[in-house]
Amino acid sequence: MRDVVAIQLWLGVTAYAVLGGADFGAGFWDLVAGGAARGARPRALIDRSITPVWEANHVWLIFVLVVLWTGFPQAFSAIFSTLFVPLTLAALGIVLRGAGFALRHVADRVEIQRVLGGAFAVASVLTPFFMGTVVGAVVSGRVPADGNGDRLTSWCNGMSIVVGLLFVATTAYLAATFLVADARRAGDAELERYFRRRAIGAGVVAGALAATGIVVLHEEARYVYDGLTSDGLPLVIVSVLSGLAALVILVRGNAFWARPFAVAAVVSVIWGWGVAQQPYLLPTSLTIDAAAAPHATLVALVVVLVAAVLIIAPALGLLFVLHQRSVLDEESPAAGAGVSD
Amino acid sequence: MRLPLRRADLRSDSVASVSLTGVVAASSQLLPAREQMAFTLGFHIVLASMGVAFPAITLIANYRGVRKGDAAALTLAQRWSKVMAVLFAVGAVTGTVLSFEFGLLWPELMRRYGEAFGIPFAIEGLFFFTEAIFIAIYIYGWKRLRPWPHFWTGVPIVIAGLGGALSVVSANSWMNQPAGFKTAADGHVTSVQPLDVVFNNAWSYEVPHMILAAYMVAGFLIASVYAVGMLRGRRDRYHRIGFLIPFTVACIATPVQLFVGDTAARAIAKDQPVKFASMEYVAKTQTNAPEWIGGIYHDGKVSLGVKIPGLDSFLVGFSTDTKVTGWNTVPAKDRPPSPTLLHLAFDAMVGIGSALLLLGVWLAFSWWRRRDIPQTVWFLRAGAIAGVLAVAALECGWIVTEVGRQPWTVYKLLRTEDAVTGAHGIWLTFAIVLVLYTALGVATVVALRLMARRWRERGDVEEPVPYGPPTGSGSAGA
Ligand code: HDD
Ligand code: HEM
Ligand code: HEM
Repeated sequence: MRDVVAIQLWLGVTAYAVLGGADFGAGFWDLVAGGAARGARPRALIDRSITPVWEANHVWLIFVLVVLWTGFPQAFSAIFSTLFVPLTLAALGIVLRGAGFALRHVADRVEIQRVLGGAFAVASVLTPFFMGTVVGAVVSGRVPADGNGDRLTSWCNGMSIVVGLLFVATTAYLAATFLVADARRAGDAELERYFRRRAIGAGVVAGALAATGIVVLHEEARYVYDGLTSDGLPLVIVSVLSGLAALVILVRGNAFWARPFAVAAVVSVIWGWGVAQQPYLLPTSLTIDAAAAPHATLVALVVVLVAAVLIIAPALGLLFVLHQRSVLDEESPAAGAGVSD
Repeated sequence: MRLPLRRADLRSDSVASVSLTGVVAASSQLLPAREQMAFTLGFHIVLASMGVAFPAITLIANYRGVRKGDAAALTLAQRWSKVMAVLFAVGAVTGTVLSFEFGLLWPELMRRYGEAFGIPFAIEGLFFFTEAIFIAIYIYGWKRLRPWPHFWTGVPIVIAGLGGALSVVSANSWMNQPAGFKTAADGHVTSVQPLDVVFNNAWSYEVPHMILAAYMVAGFLIASVYAVGMLRGRRDRYHRIGFLIPFTVACIATPVQLFVGDTAARAIAKDQPVKFASMEYVAKTQTNAPEWIGGIYHDGKVSLGVKIPGLDSFLVGFSTDTKVTGWNTVPAKDRPPSPTLLHLAFDAMVGIGSALLLLGVWLAFSWWRRRDIPQTVWFLRAGAIAGVLAVAALECGWIVTEVGRQPWTVYKLLRTEDAVTGAHGIWLTFAIVLVLYTALGVATVVALRLMARRWRERGDVEEPVPYGPPTGSGSAGA
């Protein structure tokens, strides 16, 4: 049961990394889209593609937090008491990102839109960075089981910085591959090219950072490094191959097939990480077993998961399908695909 | 503990050193941590109330619009759903901050009791998903879904709002009446009964009381916007039903609310007697305890208050002979900080609730006689401030509950000073949060006013995509 809940936690992390990550990455591209005139079209596409879904995707974060604090309270407490600074900054970033995004829809003057859009975009980059530093701290064993680890060095170190940057690059990469497909669906060849170039660039950067990460892991997080090069190796290989495949596909100009491979590359890294650090939740001070809540609590969590699969998954599917079919576009139907209902 | 053996070459220097500095000076962080928690909760709860009750009110307008072909009602429903989009986003991000704060400010609470306290939140997660998904479909589906299917996509939001409130408030009621777990001698939780956690001793009054509060807050607040509009001379049908729909909902909730509140007070007299004593200025256990209306407690005396002999005993047990427990039954360190704050907050809540009840009676009377809202500006003026009053009652109620529980975070089990983080600099984070939330609050209000002005001046034209070129024409096909 403990492992089931650990897997449940990882599922949540994965969903958040991919879906929430892509939304953050969209903010990255919003940030670097340039001035008001030049950035208008990419920003419009970004806006259209994340507006109806970002809140639902954001709930995965809540899911992760809740499963962590209920299923593994000691780990939650240890992480939050140690990584007070980056987690505070991430929380503030979430506020700025969400509020900036929602409010800029309403603003009618370009200057104000720019301030709000800026808050949204800057926070979209900083938030995943700080989340990455948290993961870097966990991976490199800087979170002691009893919490209250060093509040500065735990996240101001090579490992955390590299993982933070890797998070930013990965979100940008995912977002770009998603936006390529969205541009294609909207029939906008120019934007498709625009985001394809960016997807390739971000993919290369993310790959390079991942490689750097492996080197730093070797130095600073030996336990996870060893795990990745033994039990986790197959997943690492899958990740590398998927990443390469996605790049090749992007270079050759096929928008749709790049996305599943990009997602596979990210997902397999996350699971590789999980496999590499088990049986620890916090390498190497707290195991899954030691951190786990009493049995009945874990059962309750699994019941919630089953309910989620039965109720939430179809609903989420419905949302995505409606979104993909442009049913949730606010623009007049003439501009879109003209789906009836 | 089972330790893995397969990788022996662990480098000890990769394990961070534990800094001891944090653990010692916890108490200096207690005050700012409490203030920050209270402020962020007090902010979120207003948006949460809107999240719980606004969708239902919108659906009523939507139903009228579609069923009776009422164009004004349909326009209202469409505009309200745009307002919901903004409020929901702000509610979601401020709610996320709360989740972080559980770990950032109260890590010991989570470490000790996460396995029990966390369960309601796990259930809440389901409702959040439902809410976030269907609210998106509902808000953005106006154009391209057919009317009835579109209406039905709104119904899960209403259910999710009720379920979400149930689970979150049940977590809070668990803090007041912890149940459903066993501990070892060292306080470590060894087994949990999830259903007993959720359906603890206090949920049955806290949950309905909060849900009704949400309907009152949302109803009176939305209605007050249209009351102001009518006071400014916009007395068309659009404003009339914009006022009447939410106002009626709130007026129906009010009497039920007073009944539930009364039940809550009696339950608290029994289960959390020291909280009750502080709310009611009962220093010593006594029969024939007086009820104080208003008044400030100082040095064992109440000044400036109106004293009604025996009424407190009567309210607790329907007889002036009822013995009411005083706060003298526990040592000073186990009493809440300020009886005056609790008492005045409680009085304010009850007073506002009663005043709002009268407002509802006024409307009902006028409707019964003339099928119309009372034709005096005084009624509209009252309607215009009813929303703010309901919010004030909401905040006061939470002050009673939360400050009244002090010094306990988990009643009689975990003291707030033992739950707080060892991190430093909470004053700083509190200051940042204050600035950020103030800006957020102002920006939200400004945004809503901007939307209203735009609707007034230009009708339901589309807002341009950020920075973008204007997007087609398009009007809300009401
Ligand atoms: C519109 C808001 C509103 C109104 C009109 C009232 N209340 Fe209330 N009250 C709340 C909103 C509220 C709340 C939502 O803020 C609280 C905080 C915790 C809770 O469950 O509900 C609350 C708490 C609360 C508590 C403390 C519960 C606890 O500590 O667990 C008591 C004893 C009452 N109320 C009693 C009353 C009475 C006797 C009322 C009227 C006659 C009344 N309330 C009207
Ligand atoms: C009485 C108390 C509360 C009620 C009734 C309530 C209700 C709600 C509602 C209805 C929403 C949906 C957003 C909206 O409509 O604005 C929401 C969002 C949220 N609330 Fe609260 N809430 C309460 C307290 C809390 C507390 C104490 C927490 C802390 C853990 C919390 C965490 C959240 C989170 C994480 C979200 C965002 C969910 C999302 O991403 O959609 N809430 N809350
Ligand atoms: C329903 C979910 C809620 C939960 C789970 C919750 C939880 C908590 C926690 C953990 C604390 C800190 C520990 C303590 O002081 O005991 C706290 C304090 C506080 N909360 Fe709540 N809370 C909830 C709703 C609210 C709301 C909606 C308000 C609105 C104003 C509120 C007002 C306060 C105040 C004023 C304090 C500080 C009390 C003091 O230290 O004197 N709470 N709450």
